[in-house]
Amino acid sequence: MSARSARSVPGRGAGGRGAAAVAPATEPVLRLQGVVKTFPGVRALDGVEVEVLPGEVHCLLGQNGAGKSTLIKVLAGVHRPDAGTITWRGAPASFADPQAAMRAGIATIYQELDLVEEMSVAENIFLGHEDRRLGFVRRAQMARRAREILARLGHPEIPPHRPVRLLPAAGKQVVSMGRALSHAARLIIMDEPSAVLAHDEVANLFRIIRELTAQGIAVIYISHRLEEIREIGDRVTVLKDGRTTAANLPARTTPTKDLVSRMTGRTIEYVFPRRTAREPGEELLRVEHLSRPGEFADVSLSVHSGEIVGIAGLVGSGRSELLETIFGARRAAGGTVRVNGRALRPGSVGAAVRAGLGMAPEERKSQALLLGEPIYRNVTLAAFGAYATGGLTNAARERAEAERVAGQLDLRPRDVRRPVGTLSGGNQQKVVVGRWLLGGTRLLLLDEPTRGVDVGARAELYELIRELTAREVGVLLVSSEVPEVLGLADRVLVMREGRVVHEAPADELDEGTVLDLVMAGSLMEEAAV
Amino acid sequence: MSATEAPASPVSPADERTTTGPGRRWGGLSETALRNLALVGVLVVLVIIGAVTRPDLYGDPVRVRDNVFTILEQASVIGVVTVGMTFVIIGGGIDLSVGAIVALAGVWCTTVATQSYGTFGMIFTALTVGLCVGLVNGGLISYGRLVPFIATLAMMVAARGLAASISGKQTQVSENRTINAIASTDVLGIPLLVVILAVVVAAGWVLLNRTTFGRRTVAVGGNREAARLAGINVTRHTMLLYALSGLCCGIAAIMLTSLSTSAQAGAANLYELDAIAAAIIGGTLLSGGRGSIIGSLLGVLVFSTITNLFAINNLATEVQNMVKGGIIVAAVLVQQVRFKSLTTIFART
Ligand SMILES: Nc1ncnc2c1ncn2[C@@H]1O[C@H](COP(=O)(O)OP(=O)(O)OP(=O)(O)O)[C@@H](O)[C@H]1O
Ligand SMILES: [Mg+2]
Repeated sequence: MSARSARSVPGRGAGGRGAAAVAPATEPVLRLQGVVKTFPGVRALDGVEVEVLPGEVHCLLGQNGAGKSTLIKVLAGVHRPDAGTITWRGAPASFADPQAAMRAGIATIYQELDLVEEMSVAENIFLGHEDRRLGFVRRAQMARRAREILARLGHPEIPPHRPVRLLPAAGKQVVSMGRALSHAARLIIMDEPSAVLAHDEVANLFRIIRELTAQGIAVIYISHRLEEIREIGDRVTVLKDGRTTAANLPARTTPTKDLVSRMTGRTIEYVFPRRTAREPGEELLRVEHLSRPGEFADVSLSVHSGEIVGIAGLVGSGRSELLETIFGARRAAGGTVRVNGRALRPGSVGAAVRAGLGMAPEERKSQALLLGEPIYRNVTLAAFGAYATGGLTNAARERAEAERVAGQLDLRPRDVRRPVGTLSGGNQQKVVVGRWLLGGTRLLLLDEPTRGVDVGARAELYELIRELTAREVGVLLVSSEVPEVLGLADRVLVMREGRVVHEAPADELDEGTVLDLVMAGSLMEEAAV
Repeated sequence: MSATEAPASPVSPADERTTTGPGRRWGGLSETALRNLALVGVLVVLVIIGAVTRPDLYGDPVRVRDNVFTILEQASVIGVVTVGMTFVIIGGGIDLSVGAIVALAGVWCTTVATQSYGTFGMIFTALTVGLCVGLVNGGLISYGRLVPFIATLAMMVAARGLAASISGKQTQVSENRTINAIASTDVLGIPLLVVILAVVVAAGWVLLNRTTFGRRTVAVGGNREAARLAGINVTRHTMLLYALSGLCCGIAAIMLTSLSTSAQAGAANLYELDAIAAAIIGGTLLSGGRGSIIGSLLGVLVFSTITNLFAINNLATEVQNMVKGGIIVAAVLVQQVRFKSLTTIFART
């Protein structure tokens, strides 16, 4: 305890001095001092110190639950801090609500998308500050400006009038960014914007960030991907358990080992678990000529017991749709899905679950979680029936099983009776995956399982997925992170525009090759335009 | 900051920061329990008002007991309907046809033909009619993909129409002594109607909080897609929820028939509003995914106590409806304010 507090103070002090030496000329646009925020039962922020310079990309690093999102919500006027001061452009500030923060020039892209699904893209972008004349919304004008913003974001193909609910996850992320850009902001906060983006989209995002910073706009950037922080970040502030453990570290030169140990208080070998040299067992899943018009066509694949098969591909290549169709959440237009040789009833999730399938879907909030319900009930959502006797649920057993999984996944806070909605984003993601680690699942379909999960927990999750294969479970993994697919899978399928274009053992592929295969289609498309 | 610090302390920092668990939040009470306690508070206030305005009535223990039973009896019919309604709302739906189903089931079980089959014939008819209308509602909504509001609104009109045509718009008198006696029978000194309500509430509580059916209800109402992807048969469960509501209406129809020893197409007027209002002030979320049977019961009791307050003071019923409207708004407001302030107080400590 004393060691920790002793550590945090000099860490901050040294960092502060270092920054003063590095950038003496400019006054910080934002300074947070001693910010405290408590929720019932949790001190989310416990004396945070952050200093952001104009025109810099300031990265926030920290484990899941460290308080990053809470911090930016305090800045954005969503939460009122319990203590501490915010100095904004040289003057003390306190933002009563998000509108106040926006008016002051702080725009925020939240970790959990906050779009109105039924409204159009343009309406979402200008939500709360619509272009009006005499009380009437000027729709044509708004659509035109929305088109400009979307073009600037590199997505002119998104129609401004389309309802947001029809967009894929990455498209929604673009709309959120559009909203932030639509304000004349001095500071743009991005909470894990890249989590739902594929490789080329991230490059696009970085281009926009560079444009912004060139205009002197400051950016606070949160991500669990260290390589992104190295690429785009200027300085890094590390949070741990609601406290600043290091401030204003140079983003490019600070060794990864240091960053990780300041985040976690320990050192982590950020590597994938070693493959066990075993022959895969009998065939668990056989998919033949599966198609859904407009999503994917003529996909055939197989997964054996004890094998991890990875699917690489861009967002929109039909990966998630394929997974959902195998799971019965979408009905195939053609083709068959066989589990253990028996054809699965198409379009029936119930049949798939009974056959031993489990799926962790792409979007945790809309597809996986009951936010108001306790953690343990979310973990056992697909299993409470199996623990019940004669229709009566067994709460004690459910809690015990959930606690076991929470321990394996290093869930924070560990108390499984808390509502899942009060967990941090990465911890919510652990719950989504944890649901299928209870046992009883023979074939696991994972769609972006580590989205928003921190480095430490990520290594543990990889380990757990590996361990599953020792228990004869088969895994079909979809991920936008090519290293993850290559590091975890035994065999890799590359999908492009709804088709499997390549298949090879993972150790015969490298990141460059996969990226080339994945992108080829879109490059050709661009050339054609 | 080196590897020497790697051996982590047995208590993880996250746990250390967690000063209290949710079970101990807000002084040992869950949010639902607190909400219910607030409603009990409202009830107490109403009783005090009753005692102040009618000291003669509240001075005599026997008359107090009789008055309490009157309140509970009045609450019994709508209470049974509200239990079914609570399930439907938690499951993410709404049932506007409950009043009409009670009327239809009442009329159908008191036709001359049905009455000729005796007590069990009548009870069986009322329950079956309720269940079947509920199944039709559920089928239209889950398999026909109609919006619950529209489907049950249509059913509300249609069921009343059917009831009117069966009864020829006449009041049908129940000649069955056993049915008629339900309302005037006591079990161990407690009116049978109140016992029925207690049994239905207890069964509803167990069903919601202790069974897989209840868990599915919360899941379907809380996040339909998540429930579906967890392998829950959302379509079938939605159907069952409306069937359950219909069944409760069938039970209520028997109770109402007994109370008035008759049935008519216009009976149980606006029960849907009373049931929805009771569920909402009881803490059931109109958007689904959360709710409480005890809360619903307390909501019903608040309304019937107000009705009783007006009755014992010989006040006009017009005013009573305005007060009811006010209570709904006040209850929701009070709950919001109370939880906000509690959270802030806690945050300060
Ligand atoms: N509304 C809330 N009610 C109660 N606790 C909360 C609430 N919001 C956040 N917390 C808690 O505050 C702590 C910090 O959460 P926060 O979301 O800021 O983490 P984070 O650093 O953004 O993590 P992640 O990387 O997973 O997104 C967590 O322990 C979380 O459970
Ligand atoms: Mg976060």
